[in-house]
Amino acid sequence: MFEDLRDLYQEVIFDHNRNPRNFHVMENYDRMVEGFNPLCGDRLTLFLKLDGETITDASFQGSGCAISTASVSLMTEIIKGKTQAEAEELFHTFHKITTGKSEDLQLEAVGKLAVLAGVREYPARVKCATLAWHTLDAALKNEQQSISTE
Amino acid sequence: MTYPIEKIRADFPILNEKIRNKPLVYLDNAASCQKPQAVIDSLVHLYSHDYANVHRGVHTLSVRSTDLFEAAREKVKSFINAQSEKEIIFVRGTTDAINLIAQTYGKANIHAGDEIIITAMEHHSNIVPWQMLCEEKGAILKVAPMNLAGELLMPEFEALLNAKTKLVTVVHMSNALGTINPVEKIIELAHAQNIPVLLDGAQAIPHMPVDVQALDCDFYVFSGHKLYAPTGVGVLYGKQALLEAMPPYQGGGDMIRTVTFEKSTYAGLPHKFEAGTPSIAEVIGLGAAIDYLNSIGMEAIAAHEAELLAYATEQALQIDGLKIIGEAKEKGGILSFTLHKIHPHDIGTMLDSLGIAIRAGHHCAMPVMDFYKVPATARASFAMYNTKAEIDVLMSGIRNLIEMFG
Repeated sequence: MFEDLRDLYQEVIFDHNRNPRNFHVMENYDRMVEGFNPLCGDRLTLFLKLDGETITDASFQGSGCAISTASVSLMTEIIKGKTQAEAEELFHTFHKITTGKSEDLQLEAVGKLAVLAGVREYPARVKCATLAWHTLDAALKNEQQSISTE
Repeated sequence: MTYPIEKIRADFPILNEKIRNKPLVYLDNAASCQKPQAVIDSLVHLYSHDYANVHRGVHTLSVRSTDLFEAAREKVKSFINAQSEKEIIFVRGTTDAINLIAQTYGKANIHAGDEIIITAMEHHSNIVPWQMLCEEKGAILKVAPMNLAGELLMPEFEALLNAKTKLVTVVHMSNALGTINPVEKIIELAHAQNIPVLLDGAQAIPHMPVDVQALDCDFYVFSGHKLYAPTGVGVLYGKQALLEAMPPYQGGGDMIRTVTFEKSTYAGLPHKFEAGTPSIAEVIGLGAAIDYLNSIGMEAIAAHEAELLAYATEQALQIDGLKIIGEAKEKGGILSFTLHKIHPHDIGTMLDSLGIAIRAGHHCAMPVMDFYKVPATARASFAMYNTKAEIDVLMSGIRNLIEMFG
């Protein structure tokens, strides 16, 4: 029935929505930033543990749509063990695959995150996929205020 | 007489649109309604044959436009049974009307320590203008509570009324819940203490007959675009004596009698509140929409929509995991709901892929969402052209997306 939507709602997204990874409050975090899109109600709190330049742990709490939940769940998996510079680089690449033109896509550069590339055909939903990453960007820059992508 | 649903559907050209290769099922009417051919034609005809600025020129087109414009005012007057066309002020929409009242009536009559009463189910447009006024004046905003069904608690409302209350401003029908408030009783209680009542009729006006004299409300405001008319036009009804006593809103052309650099005098009603060139075509389109609605009859439309709501509610209750938000006994054609573990935005995107337009979000009623402890709801809202077959498509879509989410 929903054939047209298979690019947007891939099985990986349903999986992460049903069973979000790293879904817990972190004790002794180094960074904590809230991402909140008041218009749609997506809300997450991102926790990071840092060891020098390296992100040693990431977790989140919150509630949102399947796209935003899967996006933040996948993100916490993929950034663990990355340096802050590598994570920033991923943020920029991710931004391109969710908002850019299809011919410029470098899906292989983002690995599993490529399942979220489908949102670029749904402009109203891009903000759902990018909320996690803008929140991460703020956390890495050590900004305190709540982040929104609306 | 049977309800002429086939004729009505044929009158709305957009209903032939295919959305993602599926027939459009338009169930976002509480956000805005589609337009009948008669309204579209009125705009085309005006711009093709009769258009010029109103209330100004002596030339033929200006006279024609002015006549059409003022005829629309007469139609609005009859539609809501106002006493005089002087009581019909054209504004941009409901929000504009409420802000106008806050900035004129409110500024003149509400002072430090005074109280304004709203309800727990107001749209932001009937909250924020009053918060702004209260902040400026040092007045207090009181909120009458509701129960979990989404019904106003009348004893609690009554208890809020007191000598400091200067205005009661209440939504006639809630856009987020569908609740139709007991406005007659509200007005009776407020008037017993000489407190004026403003009704936000944005949702009520397309779905039921409204008679402002029978209601005896002091202000009634609504938007054209939810009444099958163009955007950019709305109506502020006010009792003539209240409007006469209110200071003007915006200054400019059309609202003056004389202007010198020392002093200006103001025009009489309704022009005192209509500074600048109005939404001429949109007002005339509103007149055409009212003619169209009268040709079907508001009673018949209300009965049709009540049947749709009853059917949709009965169908929805059979879906596991579906929770209806807003179960007032007196309710208009709005079905707000949540699905267990499925966010309303996912519901909205998935239904859109089936050609079904619903609203997902907080419906500009964040306090209502807080009350039910949900970030958002999905909302299907019905209009004169919807059918039970469309509700079947909606329900089948919902069942399928629940299955897909697993």
